[in-house]
Amino acid sequence: MTKTVIVSCGTGIATSTVAAKAIEDACKAAGIDVVTRQCKASEIPVVVQQGADLIVTTSQLRFDPGIPVVKGLAFLTGMGVDAVVKEILDILNKE
Amino acid sequence: MEIKDFLQKGAILLDLEAKTSEDVIRSLGGKLRELGCVKDDFIEAALEREAKMPTGLPLGGEYNAAIPHVDIEYVNRSALGLATLQDDVVFYNMVDNQEEVPCRLVIMLALDKPKSQIEMLQSVATLLQNPEIIKNLVRAKTIEDVFEILS
Repeated sequence: MTKTVIVSCGTGIATSTVAAKAIEDACKAAGIDVVTRQCKASEIPVVVQQGADLIVTTSQLRFDPGIPVVKGLAFLTGMGVDAVVKEILDILNKE
Repeated sequence: MEIKDFLQKGAILLDLEAKTSEDVIRSLGGKLRELGCVKDDFIEAALEREAKMPTGLPLGGEYNAAIPHVDIEYVNRSALGLATLQDDVVFYNMVDNQEEVPCRLVIMLALDKPKSQIEMLQSVATLLQNPEIIKNLVRAKTIEDVFEILS
């Protein structure tokens, strides 16, 4: 089954592009069929209503979106990438 | 198309004397505006965004970096500006806007299309992940040095 991951950042165009690519690559390597949807953090409440399994965000979220959230700054800074990828794959594999 | 293809020679400021993130954004944004890469209201938009959703990134090495950027509507054509700072300037952490991140390198991103320039963004990320490159950039003396380090 295809999983949907919302990838958000402040503008939905820059850092989320880097994170989305990394998530797609990691899922492909793990055999998970995934679709990413990029948006601004402020657009999450609307995008979540279209259905998603997980949110990966590179900016701060000030509300509870109601689905799992993973911080994706590691995809930019490179620090702790393996742990973040594992967290993402574990959540997607569980559902 | 990588960093060096987008980086504007006229928007590289080395050893910039700046006290605040606003100083840096005004200086770099002003250069990008003079070059026609961004619209007149780009700077105000970048300052507003930085205040609400900061772009400071704590990195693994000696120096940290910030990557100020805004929505595509303020941009005429995709471009990058780069500043190295004489001293650390406080930006705030992208994932925690209460946490101060002293930065010595600032890369300003002007993007004219959403989800585009993935190669360039990837190479910015690759750069941020390499403390040695960051250190060399911070210590660069000339614009030629900067392009040499990035190539």
